[in-house]
Amino acid sequence: MVEIVVLVKQVPDTNAKIEIKDGRADLSMIKWITSPYDEYALEVALQHKEAVGGSVTALTLGPARCDKTLKDAKALGVDKIARVDVSEGYIDSFSVQSMLAEACRSMGAEVVYCGKAAADTNAGSTGPGVAQKLGWASIANVTKIVFGDNSLELMQPAPEGQAKVGVDLPALITCDKGMGEPRRANVKGIMMAKRAVVDLIDVGSFEGNTSVLEHTSPPQKPPGKSYEGSEHVPEVVKLLRDEANVI
Amino acid sequence: MSEIIILADVNNNELKESTAEVVTAALSLGNNPIVVVPGTSPEAAANIAANYEGVGSVIALQSDCFATYDSAAWAEAIASVSPPGHLLTSSTSRGKELAARLAASRSATVVQDVIEIDGNTISHPIYSGKAHEKLALSGPSVMTIRSNVFKPAGSGGSATITNVNSSSDLRTTLKEMVAKASEKLDVSEADIIISGGRGMGTPENFEKLYNVANILGAAVGASRAAVDTWEEIPHSMQVGQTGKTVNPSLYIAVGISGAIQHLAGMRTSKYIVAINKDGTAPIFRHADYGIIATWEEALPLLEQELGSLLG
Repeated sequence: MVEIVVLVKQVPDTNAKIEIKDGRADLSMIKWITSPYDEYALEVALQHKEAVGGSVTALTLGPARCDKTLKDAKALGVDKIARVDVSEGYIDSFSVQSMLAEACRSMGAEVVYCGKAAADTNAGSTGPGVAQKLGWASIANVTKIVFGDNSLELMQPAPEGQAKVGVDLPALITCDKGMGEPRRANVKGIMMAKRAVVDLIDVGSFEGNTSVLEHTSPPQKPPGKSYEGSEHVPEVVKLLRDEANVI
Repeated sequence: MSEIIILADVNNNELKESTAEVVTAALSLGNNPIVVVPGTSPEAAANIAANYEGVGSVIALQSDCFATYDSAAWAEAIASVSPPGHLLTSSTSRGKELAARLAASRSATVVQDVIEIDGNTISHPIYSGKAHEKLALSGPSVMTIRSNVFKPAGSGGSATITNVNSSSDLRTTLKEMVAKASEKLDVSEADIIISGGRGMGTPENFEKLYNVANILGAAVGASRAAVDTWEEIPHSMQVGQTGKTVNPSLYIAVGISGAIQHLAGMRTSKYIVAINKDGTAPIFRHADYGIIATWEEALPLLEQELGSLLG
């Protein structure tokens, strides 16, 4: 019985426009979704259980709105759902790594999966940081996994191509696209998820050393030059050389 | 006093140029940064690092663990020679992973993709570049520096080099290295990118993009719509919020409408050229040079012009 934990994060819809209000990103009208790479991680965690047996817990860190992401995971077939309860707003990466590592430890996790990066920060700091806190091996950006009883064989990109890597558990794996399309929930799963209870986990608080001063919109470029018709291609090529100096 | 430490970006004992940019970033935090150069035989790379202007000293960190990539072992070896203080490295996928681990082991905060440093205030993009976040640092941090933002440090320095041997146990085993299927340049490594969208009609038409890319030494990318529509176009080519974030000198978007998803991955490109038959496509609002034309008409001309200029 492998104790499998999958870290999931609720993020603003990747198609959403981010407006700035009073120096902060205004997320009040945002639609929230499960971070896309975490959906791959969920799929991998469920495949792991199906291959060798075990129990899958979906774990998140966030305020109560994140229960939606957990219930969506439950509908897909995870056994348990748990949340480290924190209030809305900025949380330093050090605190996130520390709290999630504590939560994984308290659950007796033997393998942890997560997406290669969350779609809101694009940082990819949580997975390797949690592995470091746990004293575990970690393998990032994995595209393929073969599940063994107490080990994994994985494919990960390397500067030379693709590396086939073996690791004994415990280990933390961050997932890229490539493990097949994530499964969809069926009606029975959705009904079961409605009644599921979220375990609230208290791991204490940690003090990081950054604070947010402000959010700003990225600087807008001045309007560019526009040409109608392919006959202007030579002119643009000339400008790329003489004006932009990029070719 | 706390130090400023730079972890050099090294692959197979070869120092990557992005390290010179990290030196510049480090110098805005303090003087005489220490550069840690990891490798199985790091001497040559350490010599180059010692030549960067402003570098205080270099630690050539020799360990057999650097023969294959194992983040836990690498982080352990690097941590063992890094004194307290800010630690900076390049914002590559390995750099970001090591930064996350080193931050955890130093009980420091990690901030990825830093684009601006002003005293104890640093900025980095969030929401895939749809916003920038300005943070105040109140203690040591680990940060990765986005490429093509800071000017590379010049040469002419002559820092002292200390050789250190270290050993740490590998937690993973490399079973096999599968070489890249082709010599095609990856979008995350390219200084010029030409990308195609669903407007290309069929995946076979991407050959026309490769023709142009070959002249420019460019990589070929794709929009999510193209990757989702055609299985011949792999996810590794995808530029955008759920693909790769790129920051090239020149980005040429062909048959790409410019969905927010895509813009998030390429909007910081220095120059953007858009070729699209639909003059109302959002991509034109972000293009430095927009050409309203079909790719069928524009690409052969582009190939011909670039060929006579550069070929």
